[in-house]
Amino acid sequence: MKPKHQRLMLALAALVTVIGAGLLAASALGDRAAYFYSPADIAKSRPEPDAAIRLGGMVADKSIVHEADGLTIRFVVEDGTFKTPVQFKGIVPDLFKENSGVVAEGKLGADGMFIATNILAKHDENYKPPQMTGGEHKTETLAK
Amino acid sequence: MIAEAGLGLLWLAAALALLQFAFGSMVVAKGRDQQLSSVRSIAIAQGLLVTFSFLSLVWLFLRSDMSVALVAANSHSAKPWLYKFAGTWGNHEGSMLLWVMILGAAGAAVALFERSLKPATLIATLAAQAALSIGFYAFLLFSSNPFTRLTPAAADGQGLNPLLQDPGLAFHPPTLYFGYVGMSVAFSFAVGALVTRDVGPAFARAMRPWVLGAWIFLTLGITAGSYWAYYELGWGGWWFWDPVENASLMPWLATTALLHSVTVLATRDGLRAWTVMLAVVAFSMSMVGTFLVRSGILTSVHSFAVDPTRGSFLLALLAIYVGGAMALFALRIGTVREGNQFDLVSREGALVANNLLFSAILGIVFVGTLYPLGVEAVTGEKLSVGPPYFNATTGPITLFLVMVMISGPLLRWRQDRWKLLVQRLAIPTLVVAISLLALVLAAPDIGVLPFLGLMLAGGIAIGSVAPLWGRNLRRTPLFTWGMVIAHLGVAVSLAGMASETGFIKETLVAANVGETHNVGPYRVTFSKLEPVAGPNWTALEATLEARRGTRQPLILKPQSRMFSNPPTETNEAAIDTVLDGQLYLVLGKQEPTGRWQLRMWWKPFVSFIWLGGAMIALGGFLALIGRFRREKGRGRGIA
Repeated sequence: MKPKHQRLMLALAALVTVIGAGLLAASALGDRAAYFYSPADIAKSRPEPDAAIRLGGMVADKSIVHEADGLTIRFVVEDGTFKTPVQFKGIVPDLFKENSGVVAEGKLGADGMFIATNILAKHDENYKPPQMTGGEHKTETLAK
Repeated sequence: MIAEAGLGLLWLAAALALLQFAFGSMVVAKGRDQQLSSVRSIAIAQGLLVTFSFLSLVWLFLRSDMSVALVAANSHSAKPWLYKFAGTWGNHEGSMLLWVMILGAAGAAVALFERSLKPATLIATLAAQAALSIGFYAFLLFSSNPFTRLTPAAADGQGLNPLLQDPGLAFHPPTLYFGYVGMSVAFSFAVGALVTRDVGPAFARAMRPWVLGAWIFLTLGITAGSYWAYYELGWGGWWFWDPVENASLMPWLATTALLHSVTVLATRDGLRAWTVMLAVVAFSMSMVGTFLVRSGILTSVHSFAVDPTRGSFLLALLAIYVGGAMALFALRIGTVREGNQFDLVSREGALVANNLLFSAILGIVFVGTLYPLGVEAVTGEKLSVGPPYFNATTGPITLFLVMVMISGPLLRWRQDRWKLLVQRLAIPTLVVAISLLALVLAAPDIGVLPFLGLMLAGGIAIGSVAPLWGRNLRRTPLFTWGMVIAHLGVAVSLAGMASETGFIKETLVAANVGETHNVGPYRVTFSKLEPVAGPNWTALEATLEARRGTRQPLILKPQSRMFSNPPTETNEAAIDTVLDGQLYLVLGKQEPTGRWQLRMWWKPFVSFIWLGGAMIALGGFLALIGRFRREKGRGRGIA
C-alpha cells in the first residue's frame, strides 16, 4: 500500500470512529439525560411516564409518613405553591428531614405519585444540592 | 513563623520557575546546549523549594496551628494525627499546593534522571514544565493562598468533613495527583520535542517511562478511589459515573491510549504526530479534571469551596496551556517527518484501532460530563447525565476494544495476514463460545452487560496469556510479562464488575434485635446493638453474625456514627471479604415502632474489580522495570 493510501485509510477510520461515537453519544443523550424538575415544572408539563427524572424541592412540614414495613416512607416535596407526593423504599440519607432541601431520583407514576429510587445525600450541614442554590453562580462562572 | 516561611518559599519557587522558563527559552532559542546543567540546577532548586513549602503546611496541620486560617477552617486539635496529616490536602488550598508541589517535583525528577533526551529537547522540556508551574503558582498565590493568617487565632478548628476522616484520604489523593500531575511531564516532553523538532523513536523511548510511571499512579489512584467510595459512602456502588470520577477517568483513557501509541513510535517509528497530540491531550484532560473538581462548578465531596474567581482563573490557565500547545502543534506538525509505514493487519494496525476506540470512549465521557454544564450555561435548563447514558455508549465501544485487545498482541509488527490471525484466535474464540453456552444454561437472565462482560472476560483471559504461548517463559522479557499481567487484570476486573452486577443479592429489612434474615448464601442474625465511642465520634454499633453452612460465623459490626467536629452523621458499612465475594452490611435508621433498618448485600466476586485494577498497575510496574533493564543493557552495548 502506498503511503498516501495508508494515510487516507487511517483518516477514514478515524472519521468513521468519530462519527460513530458522535451519533452514539447524541442519541443516548437524547433518551437518557435525566431532567431536573421542581413540583411547579411537573404541574406545568408532565414528564413522559417512563422517563427518569430528578425532583427537587423542600420536604413539606409534617409530611413524612412511615409505612408498616418499616422501610417505605411517603412525603411531599413542595416549592412554595406546588406539591408532589413521593414514595421511597430504603434508607434515607442522614440529613433528610422535614423543612429541608431534597433531591429525589426516580419516575413519576401515572397517578401523580413520584416513585423515588434514590434520595441524594447531602454531604454535610453546609452542603446544598446545586439545584437548590439555583444555577446562577455556575452560569456566571462559565460566562466570565 | 512557619506560615510566613512557607509562603516565602512558595514565592521563591515561583520566581525560580519564571527564571527556569525565561532562561530555558533563551538557551533553546540561541542554541546554547552547554547551558543544560544550569537549567537542570534551577529545576531541581525549584522542586526542592516548593516541596519545603508544602512540608511547612504539613507541619502547620500536624501542630494544629489555629492562627492559620486554613488549619482553623479544616482541622481540629482533637483529631487523630493521621487525619491532621492527611487533612493538609483535604481542602482546596492544600490540595492545590500538593498539585503544584508534584508539578515542581516532577520537573526536578526529569532534570535529575533524564539522560537519554537530546540536550536541547531536555532544556525545552524543562522550560515547558516551568511554564506550567508558573500559572499554578500564580493561582495559589493570588487566589488560593494556603498560608493566610487568622487574627485573632481561633480557639480551635472547625474539623474535617467526617467523610474524609478515613485512612483512604492519606493515600488516594496523593496517588491520584502523582498520576494526574505526572502527566505534565509527557506534555512538556511533547512541547519540548515540537520546539526542537525532535519527534522520533529516541524521544519516544525517553518519554515512555515517564508516561508509564504516571499511568501506574493514575491506575492505582482510580482503583483506590473506587474502593474508597464503595466502602465509605455506604451505597455499595463502585462506580457512579459521577463527574468527579470521570475527571480522573478521562486522563486515564488518554494516557492508556498514549502508552500504546508511544510503543509504536518507539519500536516502529510510526504515529509521530498522533503520539505528540495524545501527550498534549492527556495532560489537558488532567487540567480539565482539575478545573471541574476545583472550580466549584460541581458540588460534591471534592469541591471544598465555591468561589467564582477561582473557576475563571483555572479556566483561563486551561485555555492558555491547551491553546498554546495546540497552536505549537499546528505550527510545527508540518515539519515532523512522516514515520514508517505499516499494513492495516499488523500490530501497529491493532494499536491504531486501540487508540481510536480509547479516544472515542474519551470523547463520549467528555461530552457526557460537560454537556449538563453547557446546557445549563446556555439555556438555564438543569439536567443530569448518569449511568444509563454512559453504560449505553461506552458499553458497545468497549466490546470492540476488547476484541482488538485480544487480537493485537497476537499480531506481528509491520505486516501480518488475516488467515493467520484467525488461526491464532481459534482458542480464545472457543473459550468465549463455551462461556456463552455455560452462561445461557446457568444464568440466562442476568442482563446484557453482565452477560457480555463475563463472556468476554474469559476470552481476554485466554487472549492475554496467548502471547506467552510457545515462548521460553524464563527468557520472556519483563515488559511482555507486564503486558500479559495488565491485560489479564482487565479480564479479572471485568469479571468482577459483571459478576457483581449480574449476581448481586440484596435484602432490605426492618429488624428487631434477635431476628435472622437471609442474604445470598448467608443467614444473618442481628445479635445486639450498643453505643461505642471513638476519639472524635460516638456511634451506635450493631453486631451481626453471618452463618453460611458449617463455616465459622462471620461477625460484622456496621455503625451509625455521630461526629462532634463538625457535627455530622455518617454510616460506616461493615464489609467482610471471603474468597468468592463480599458481604456488605449497612445499619440504617430506627423506624417509629423501634425496629432498625438493615441493608445487606451479597456481592459475588466484587473484590475482583479492585484486584484487577491492582494487576493492571502491577503490569505497568513490571513493564517499567523491564524497560529500565533493557535501556541499561543498551547503555552497556549488550542489546
